[in-house]
Amino acid sequence: MKEGLRKLLLGLAVDAIRRPAPKPLRPGERERIVPDGPPEPRGELLALALLGFGTVCAIAFVAVYVTDRIPNQTQFLGLSLGLALTSFAAALIVTAKKLIVTEELEEDYPAEEHPEEQQLVVQTVHDSGSRLTRRTLFKLGLGTAGGALGVALLTPLASLGPVIDMDPFYGTPWKGGRRLVDENGRPWRAGDIEEKDFYTAFPEGADREQLGSAVVVIRLAASDFKLPKEIAAYPAHGIAAFSKICTHAGCAISLYRTPLFPPYDPAPALVCPCHYSTFDPATGGTVTFGPAGRKLPMLPLYVDGKGHLRAAGNFDEPVGPSWWGVRLRKPSP
Amino acid sequence: MIRKLVRFLDQRTGTAPIARKTLRYLFPDHWSFLLGEVALYCFIVLVVTGTYLALFYTDSTADVVYHGSYVPLQGQHMTEAYRSVLDISFKVKAGLLIRQTHHWAADVFVAAIFLHLLRIFFTGAYRKPREVTYWLGVTILTVTLLEGYLGYSLADDLLSGMGLAIGNAVALSIPFVGANLGALIWGGPFPGTHAFFARMYIAHVFLIPALIAVLLTAHLVLVALKHHTQFKKSPRETERKIVGVPTFPGQTPRSLGLMLGVAGILVLLGGLVQINPIWEWGPFHTYVSTNGAQPDWYLGWLIGALRLMPSWDWTVGDYTLVPNPFWGGALFPMIVFAFLYLWPWLERKLTGDHAFHNLADRPRDAPLRTAVGFGVFTWVMLIFMAGASDRVFVFLGIGYQTQIWFYRVAIFTLPFLAAYVAYRVCVELEAGERVEHDVEAATREAKTERLLRPEEEPL
Repeated sequence: MKEGLRKLLLGLAVDAIRRPAPKPLRPGERERIVPDGPPEPRGELLALALLGFGTVCAIAFVAVYVTDRIPNQTQFLGLSLGLALTSFAAALIVTAKKLIVTEELEEDYPAEEHPEEQQLVVQTVHDSGSRLTRRTLFKLGLGTAGGALGVALLTPLASLGPVIDMDPFYGTPWKGGRRLVDENGRPWRAGDIEEKDFYTAFPEGADREQLGSAVVVIRLAASDFKLPKEIAAYPAHGIAAFSKICTHAGCAISLYRTPLFPPYDPAPALVCPCHYSTFDPATGGTVTFGPAGRKLPMLPLYVDGKGHLRAAGNFDEPVGPSWWGVRLRKPSP
Repeated sequence: MIRKLVRFLDQRTGTAPIARKTLRYLFPDHWSFLLGEVALYCFIVLVVTGTYLALFYTDSTADVVYHGSYVPLQGQHMTEAYRSVLDISFKVKAGLLIRQTHHWAADVFVAAIFLHLLRIFFTGAYRKPREVTYWLGVTILTVTLLEGYLGYSLADDLLSGMGLAIGNAVALSIPFVGANLGALIWGGPFPGTHAFFARMYIAHVFLIPALIAVLLTAHLVLVALKHHTQFKKSPRETERKIVGVPTFPGQTPRSLGLMLGVAGILVLLGGLVQINPIWEWGPFHTYVSTNGAQPDWYLGWLIGALRLMPSWDWTVGDYTLVPNPFWGGALFPMIVFAFLYLWPWLERKLTGDHAFHNLADRPRDAPLRTAVGFGVFTWVMLIFMAGASDRVFVFLGIGYQTQIWFYRVAIFTLPFLAAYVAYRVCVELEAGERVEHDVEAATREAKTERLLRPEEEPL
């Protein structure tokens, strides 16, 4: 019994491994399409070994997946699946290079053109329209109707957003008397604001994600300001606030360059880290370097009886990136 | 077995003649012909991994508080979208592997298309009768850039939000209609309404992939109809005769091997090489940004162009005709793509060559094309490098403003120098080949003469 099983297994294994002898060409058999080549037993074994390794890796992937939360699981998953795929790929490349006859055949490129067929197409179209008498008018009618239908079909797209009403682009939550609060909603005091540092403030109780909300607050020596007349009164006790949104591409201005070492950092500057637009707070936020095309909007401030910072009105310029109408209006006070 | 299958299919579909022809369709052989194939396989990996990710992603911007396993973000407010991507990374088993593989596949996809484009351009493979194939390919590239940008934006981490802010500013900067267009897409001023993420999501997972699939199919059908170009490797290859390996058995295991190899390498990258660790950037808020932010590599040329542009809005009175981001973010890529679309026509005008071409040139065979192409390439590469000047400042200490001024001058001078050098190199290489050819011919002739008159053979 045992002997018989062993013989059967051995026989199966031999059958699986050995190559069947090539059959002799029988009389009347067709000529080959793909030419024959010599056998490559080593290439076959290599391809099989690669497929075997790929199988092991694929099983390993399943095992790693099932194992609950081993350290570096992502790495092991990637390694096992990646190796499974690449060894399968390698087996196929070995097949292509060693086990298959590489034929280099030639044939004609397709015809450059088919003048006869072209003629028939043109004629078919031409003949089909012979019953029409007012051709130009008919084409005009088709064009007009098609255009009108196209416009009609596109009209619902206007529901996507406010197309004509540009008011939201000018709006900000700031108005005279509104307190400046920090990220946790605590009001900023004038005494909190120190030179060579910068702070983010929001209008009390407003939506912070709105572009017109966030401001950066800095303090300069009062004598450092060189502001034009219109905004000369905007700072309060040397404290100035600017929109935090860069007028170039709308990123948050999160760099403050202070002159720690004057030859290297010539003057205090607010810098946007996206495209390095650089604004001078001393002159009211004018652009000193980089691509921004407009000055940084400045917010007028005052300090109330309790020492809290409050807005004295709205920004002097529209907030955020520019568009065609950006210079037509100022934010409403 | 195979006989039965073929019979079954032929009786039901009548496709045996087509199948027979397809099996013996010829592929000319050259390593550079595989670049487009690599791109195709990346697309397949993207569709498979992307579908998996879509099963877990939430496109909602509703405010939630994070209570997941990543400790540094616990208790933070964020959008549901960002939380779902964090959960894909930390909670979904194999989620991080698939997400990183998807991201790597996107980066390699664009790289493969770009290299494929360079190959097509510098070998003149876009010439008649393959202009439409080429235009379809260039269109796939433009659409792919948008697709990659949207995918990067959907994660809603800090970097993707900053990218969206910049995209919004570029949309707003379009003359006459920018703000209206921006309001349509975002549903209002940035950061837009809740509907915006749903719009981005359907575009990223359905509209644009479907468009790419259609363009890709048309591209491949045209390649098959007109057959592939070939290099002249021997006297056998001519404008009328194609020499190549048949689909079956020669090409099939190679192509399948390449497909599995590309997929395998992308999975290895996805598992072993970290990409875009969104948990480190944190959630996006309009009032937060980070220094040293860089987009995926294929948008580097646009950030470079945005940074190089000096402070200038074109205004007429109080009317802003062209806001600044338009120059670098919209006009610059439009010029580059207009060049790519128009080049086949432009070259025909310049050279008067209206002939059919099935043989691909070597770059030296067409010095004018190589010079123009290399000049434009240098121009785009310089602007691309300008986008990395903040990193160069951090690593090498060269002043940022110094670098920007260097690039502002270089982009108008170096491309011409590069074009001139490329032209000279082509001409010299060709001349060298001619001399070699003449020497060979003379030697052959001399030998023949000696054979005829052996008595003159010197001792």
